[in-house]
Amino acid sequence: MSRKLLLEHAEVPGIETYAVYRKQGGYRAVEKALKALTPENVLDEVKISGLRGRGGAGFPTGMKWSFLAKPEGTPRYLLCNADESEPGTFKDRLLMERLPHLLIEGMILSAYALGCRTAYIYIRGEYKWIIKILERAIAEAYANGWLGERILGADFSFDLHVTPGAGAYICGEETALIESLEGKRGNPRLKPPFPAVSGLWGCPTLVNNVESLCAVVPIVNDGGEAFAAIGVGRSTGTKLISACGNINKPGVYEIELGLPVEEFIYSDEYCGGIKNGKRLKAVVPGGSSVPILPADLILKTAAGEDRLLSYESLADGGFVSGSMLGSGGFIVYDEDQCMVRNTWNFSRFYHHESCGQCSPCREGTGWLEKVLHRLEHGHGRMHDIDLLVDISKKIEGNTICPLGDAAAWPVASAVRHFRDEFEWHVLEPQLSQQRNFGLAMEAVAV
Amino acid sequence: MEGLLIKEQQSREIFSPETMAEIQRLLPRFPDGRQKSALLRILHLVQEENEGWLSTEVMDRVAELLNIQPIEVYEVATFYTMYNLKPVGKYLLELCHTGPCAIEGAERLLEYLKQKLGIGVGETTPDGLFTLKTVECMGACGYAPMMQVGEFYHEHLTEAKIDHFLEDCRAGKVALGTWKLS
Ligand SMILES: Cc1cc2nc3c(=O)[nH]c(=O)nc-3n(C[C@H](O)[C@H](O)[C@H](O)COP(=O)(O)O)c2cc1C
Ligand code: SF4
Ligand code: FES
Repeated sequence: MSRKLLLEHAEVPGIETYAVYRKQGGYRAVEKALKALTPENVLDEVKISGLRGRGGAGFPTGMKWSFLAKPEGTPRYLLCNADESEPGTFKDRLLMERLPHLLIEGMILSAYALGCRTAYIYIRGEYKWIIKILERAIAEAYANGWLGERILGADFSFDLHVTPGAGAYICGEETALIESLEGKRGNPRLKPPFPAVSGLWGCPTLVNNVESLCAVVPIVNDGGEAFAAIGVGRSTGTKLISACGNINKPGVYEIELGLPVEEFIYSDEYCGGIKNGKRLKAVVPGGSSVPILPADLILKTAAGEDRLLSYESLADGGFVSGSMLGSGGFIVYDEDQCMVRNTWNFSRFYHHESCGQCSPCREGTGWLEKVLHRLEHGHGRMHDIDLLVDISKKIEGNTICPLGDAAAWPVASAVRHFRDEFEWHVLEPQLSQQRNFGLAMEAVAV
Repeated sequence: MEGLLIKEQQSREIFSPETMAEIQRLLPRFPDGRQKSALLRILHLVQEENEGWLSTEVMDRVAELLNIQPIEVYEVATFYTMYNLKPVGKYLLELCHTGPCAIEGAERLLEYLKQKLGIGVGETTPDGLFTLKTVECMGACGYAPMMQVGEFYHEHLTEAKIDHFLEDCRAGKVALGTWKLS
């Protein structure tokens, strides 16, 4: 059993209410921080914990916090990124639905450490019912003196609000989120300046994922050392993995970083194996934006070591034979799934979600979608496969924000690992419309 | 002169007092001069009141309320997928068709819905009850396939569940939820 730092009380009936959350030890960390710790102490604990951003990039949270500019007389803002739109990712939803007070507590602590007077939770507009859960919890927190003026009598006042998006994946990117929060289109900004210097309304701004902010609570309660003692190497603490696809038990699991992928997929404690007794074909381990890996490479690294659920192990082998932990959106494919169709589907997603500001992304994602569409529908040509690689290379690194890379990587990795399947679609335009590649290959072999 | 104009507008206010009260409640969440930040939420509210879509009249009034140019509202309304710029049916069926939902049969369900309702994606049934829309990943991939209708997610969808649901809609038994909090 993995230790649970965030979801420990998630199953307790009524935990979304203040009374029950408090009874389970809630807001103890705020009491501790405001009575016994300085803001610098809290920042230090977060640094010691080794916590890395849970939104996808995995950047060390303590370091990110220390970059926040602190000019005299200018407000600083803390923003919670609850946009959660990366295909395969549905973990922040669980945290907010079940443990709204954990997020509020984490944000109070973070704001205290950063010296922020006001914070916003930017949540995807589709999560309408969660907005109500959060606003109810925020009202309870105000009523009980955890938000507002001079919290616990300390020289610290803090206001927290929820504000919704309206359907745009790109608003998960920090500068697009800020634009959207300002009531504009979600067009990412050119960096520098970074939000830490000039973000919301031109003020220093820090954007953190829901899960990152929640993790600050156990870090303050038990100390950064205790958090750092869990996990492997520079992957410390626990991580929520949202598992979906062809597995027996889809859902959100809190794992200790370093758990072997094989155990995660096959153990009954987690995914419970592949559905219907099928074989594992591939996994996208960190949300749709990270490279897909075939079964052999998700279970073992190219060097034959067990692949672990950690930032380093999943990235082992770079883009040749590795992938990324990303947001923890773990998508499992069984032997019946068509890699060309899946890649086309994801390309359609990125094309749809491109904000259109930079031509490599706007045009490139459309081109990728078109070429993949014709490959999938039996009109592809052999050189289309290299064309895909070529287009991905032209997008990668040439855009304002990382959505371009996110669109390119899944395509490049699918072609790298499943080229024979792409070729088969060209060679067998009719058959590939009717049959699955794996099954067709077995029929040939018999 | 300007004052007079606004007064006249108020006398034939197109939004209900409840919606106006809700808007007033949202504005103080942002610092003075930054009230435009409430725009996305206000558009959700007024869209709901306007039977699910944003007309030019509605957007222009929002611009007036926030003291911004109408173009600033149009820009936003056209960027985000949750805003509808033409009338929609009473029940807007938003079916997710992104990868994880596709693995679980979203494409088959889309065909099923099209056939049952006799409409294509983006179309509304002649009785004005249903509009069909495809959406991208809704954060429910582990409970796929899914669609959103109003405030709520309908997960682990099957053809039988869809049949039931459509019947319930026709019988007026389906709640849609609201953006209003008070
Ligand atoms: C296209 C795009 C979409 C993103 N979507 C999200 C998201 O939905 N939620 C999130 O927390 N981070 C998302 N990110 C990452 C954020 O930009 C940012 O790195 C993160 O919120 C930082 O928080 P963290 O350091 O706590 O992880 C996205 C990034 C990109 C480029
Ligand atoms: S990379 Fe794509 S999404 Fe990002 S700013 Fe450029 S066009 Fe917009
Ligand atoms: S893919 Fe449909 S909810 Fe994520």
